[in-house]
Parts: sequence; structure tokens; C-alpha cells
Amino acid sequence: MVVYGDGFQAVSDSLLVVLVAIEQALRAVPPVVFVAAVAALAFAAGRSLRLAAAMAAVCWFVGALGLWDQAMQTVAIVLVSVAISVLVGLPLGVLAAKRATVRAGLAPLLDLMQTIPSFVYLIPAAMLFGLGKVPAILATVVYATPPLVRLTDLGIRQVDAAATEAARAFGASPRQLLWGVELPLALPAIMQGVNQTVMMALGMVVIASMIGARGVGETVLLGLQRGDAGQGFVGGLGIVLLAVAFDRITQAWGRRLQAGRGG
Amino acid sequence: MRDAPPAGAPMIEFAAVTTLFGRRPQRALERFRAGADKAALLAEGHVLALADLSLTIAPGEFFAVMGLSGSGKSTLIRHVNRLIDPTAGCIRVDGIEVSALDRRGLEAFRRRRVAMVFQHFGLLPHRTVLENAAYGLEVRGEPRAEREARAAAWLERVGLAGYERHMPQALSGGMRQRVGLARALAVETPVLLMDEPFSALDPLTRAELQDELAALHRGHGRTVLFVTHDLDEAARLADRIAILRDGAVVQVGAPADILERPADEHVRAFVGAVRRDRPQPPSSPFASPSAG
Repeated sequence: MVVYGDGFQAVSDSLLVVLVAIEQALRAVPPVVFVAAVAALAFAAGRSLRLAAAMAAVCWFVGALGLWDQAMQTVAIVLVSVAISVLVGLPLGVLAAKRATVRAGLAPLLDLMQTIPSFVYLIPAAMLFGLGKVPAILATVVYATPPLVRLTDLGIRQVDAAATEAARAFGASPRQLLWGVELPLALPAIMQGVNQTVMMALGMVVIASMIGARGVGETVLLGLQRGDAGQGFVGGLGIVLLAVAFDRITQAWGRRLQAGRGG
Repeated sequence: MRDAPPAGAPMIEFAAVTTLFGRRPQRALERFRAGADKAALLAEGHVLALADLSLTIAPGEFFAVMGLSGSGKSTLIRHVNRLIDPTAGCIRVDGIEVSALDRRGLEAFRRRRVAMVFQHFGLLPHRTVLENAAYGLEVRGEPRAEREARAAAWLERVGLAGYERHMPQALSGGMRQRVGLARALAVETPVLLMDEPFSALDPLTRAELQDELAALHRGHGRTVLFVTHDLDEAARLADRIAILRDGAVVQVGAPADILERPADEHVRAFVGAVRRDRPQPPSSPFASPSAG
């Protein structure tokens, strides 16, 4: 512990710097600007005014519940966790698709990551990184990465063999095959994986608040501790609204990617 | 028409190629050399795809490989660019020993020496018609402007001018295969491999594309290795035909030879079956009534 203490501190600090920067930026932005930005993002993803209006309304409602500040903290944690999950999960998924041995080795690990109660690894994580945001991110990444690995693996293995054979016949290198054929054709499945990862990250919000991460989870936790069903309900509703916004926007984007290739 | 391959260096040469699929191909190879036949090998869990096959194709020749399903013809054509590796034997193309190339050597060989057209087109659904036609040029690193100009020129040659920005899904089967053809022609390789390129198309489109391919071949003189199960098609297009059964060549010769002097009962039955299918004589000079 003593020997590696500095290393863990360094990881913890650099993660914290990024997270705090995102969090402060989100909280500094006036809510009106944020709502407009979400509406613009929704329109860009789905090319639908209805979707954009609905997403703006969802954000407004989060604010109306009095959860705006906490929601921004939660969004920051989710964004950072999902970014780390993608950085870890995407290469692992590709590797699993390419090597049966990697896939066989990963399968039980992924099962473990999804089923083991978070508290079991939150205790040592809190010991190593201290209480607060960093172990919360770690727990979220552990829980939210598996679906992305699985769906990337599946998506790449389901790429039409006729397309990959043609690419090989024209002399594509493994790298050209991956970036030019396999990843683009697996993109709908990968987007589905990202969507699942976002949903699961939001599912960890309450547990994250138990180890001291700020956010909407706090409201739920307070409600739980005080036996205040109303407060718990408000917090829960806030989380659901955030989940709806993330889900609809990423789904719309994924659908448009698929429609772009006519099938 | 030639009965025997002409003298000089061959363009494609198969020398005693044996290919087995299964868990332990090397052991199955020993069993095959000890005299085990296809059925015995299959019972041991191995598929005999090519059986000690030797074949020589001359530069500029249009060579058709025919056979029933499972005769090994699609496997054979994939040995030329080593999409499938032989278990034993040697394959030479344009003076290069393909069977001995390492990964980088094989990539370079595929980029410069052989192009391929597929039965199910093998187009990339996320790329436009133009990007598909330019794919082979892109893989070997030609600059965008140049490869797109060349791809566009070949698309025009195959009758697809104006479709450059379309996605493949928006095209009919015949048009998709024209894209596949343009992609293979754009790389301007000495060897063109065609794996049942027209069998997924309707008869009219097929005949049209056969005519265009014949015209293109006359204009360019590439060596074409063409797999088909359609005798009419082979007779119309090919200089020579090889008939394959159980991974071995049972007869090689000019189309007239095959039709008039089938080497054995299998070839006779094969030719005869095609004949009975089509009471109308095919529009080729080889359709003499004495055949079959």
C-alpha cells in the first residue's frame, strides 16, 4: 500500500481533474443554454423536431424538480465513466472478436463484473482511492463496460463474410480491414453497446452517492436514510429523466447511422 | 481454340495441390497419400477439397472451371489469391510462388496481380458506388483524386455513369455486379478471378453481362479464371474448360472437345444434363448436334 500509494494518488488526481473540469463547466453553463444544447444535439442525432422538443422538455422538468445542480454532477460522472468504458471496452471487444482464446477468457470475467455486488469492490476501491468521485467512477466503469465489450465482439463477428472476403481479396491489411470494413459495419451494434453502457452507468448513480460522489443519487440516498418516500421518488424520477434523455438521443443517432447505409 | 496449353511460361499454375479442411489437415494428408478416399476422410472428420490437382493456364487465356456443387471449384479459385491455403502443393501466378508468400508479400500480391469478382458481389454497404469501385486502388494507397477518376472511368465502361453517389443497396443485382466488375477491372491486374459472377442474376441480365465481359476480355487480354456451373456460359466465354469432380480435374479442353468427346461417364452425364435442360441450342459455334 505504502509503495504504490503515490501511483494510486496520481491516477486518482488526474481523473479528478478531468471530472471536476467537466462538472464545473456543466454547472457554470446557464440552464437555458444547456437545454438548448441538448435540443440541438437531439436534433442532430435524430433530425426530428419532435425529439428535440421532447428532450428539451425532459431537461426542463429535471430543473423543475429542483435537481439541476445534482443532475449536472451526475451527467459529469456518467460522461467520464462512459468515456473510460469506451476506451477500455472497444479494444477488448475487437480483441475478443479476433481471438477465440481472448473471448473464452473474457466471458467469465465479464459475467463477474456484471453480477458481483458493487459493494464488494467498492470497499477496496475506497481504501485505495479514498472516498468520493474516483471510486464511484471506478465502480461505474466496472459495472457498465461489459455490454459494450459483448456487443462490439458480436457486431464484428456478424459483419458479412462476403464483405470481409472481398476486402482481403483486394489486399487489405488487418488494419485496413478493421478500420475500413469491420468497425464501420459493426457500428450499429457498437452504438447499441454504448447505449447500454450509458444506461448501466446511470443505474450506478445511487450506489456512487453512497461512497460520497455528489449527484442525483444523493437525493435518493437522503430519502432512504430519512424514510422520506417523497424525496426518494423525486430523486428516482430525476434519474429516470436523465436516462430517457441519454437513451433517446443515442438511439436516434444509432438508427440514423444504420439508415444511412439503407439497411 | 487450343486443346493444350500453349508453350511458354504459364500465368497460373497449380502443381499437385491438395487441400483438406478439418481439425488436423496434415494427418489427413498422410491418410490421403496412403490411399484414403473422400468418403473415408469424411468419416474421419476431414473434407477433401482439392485432391492432388494440377492445372496450367496460359497468359491471356479465358479459362472456365466447371463442376457440380461441392466439386471444389470455388475452393480452387480461392487458392489463386490464397483466400484459402493449400495443405500441400505449389501455386504459381505470374512467376510468383503464391503458396510461399508471407503476409506482407501476399498483401502486395493481391493488390497488384489478382482481382476478384464474387457471386454475391461482396460490395461494402457503407460506401458509395464510386468508393466501392475505387476500393482496390484505395487499399494500395493511390491518392483520392486519381483513384476516383479511374474508378469513375471504369464505372462508365460498365454502364454505371451517373450512379457514382448511390449506395449499393439502391441498385439492382445486375447493377451491383457491374460495380463488382468495375472494382476488379479498375486495379488493372494481369489476372482476373471470377467466382460464379453471374449466377445470382436473371437470365437477361446474365446474357448482357456475359457479352460485355467477352468484349472487355477481347479488349484487354487479361488472364481470366472463371468458375461457373453453367455450360452455356462456359462454352460462350471460355478458351478452355476444366471439369472438376471431388476436387480433381476429370477433363480439360476446348468447349467443343468437352461437348463432343466427354472423357468419362461423369462428364457425359454433366453435359447431357445441361443439354436436356435446354432444348434450344446455345448461341455458340460449339453447339453441334452430335454432342451429348
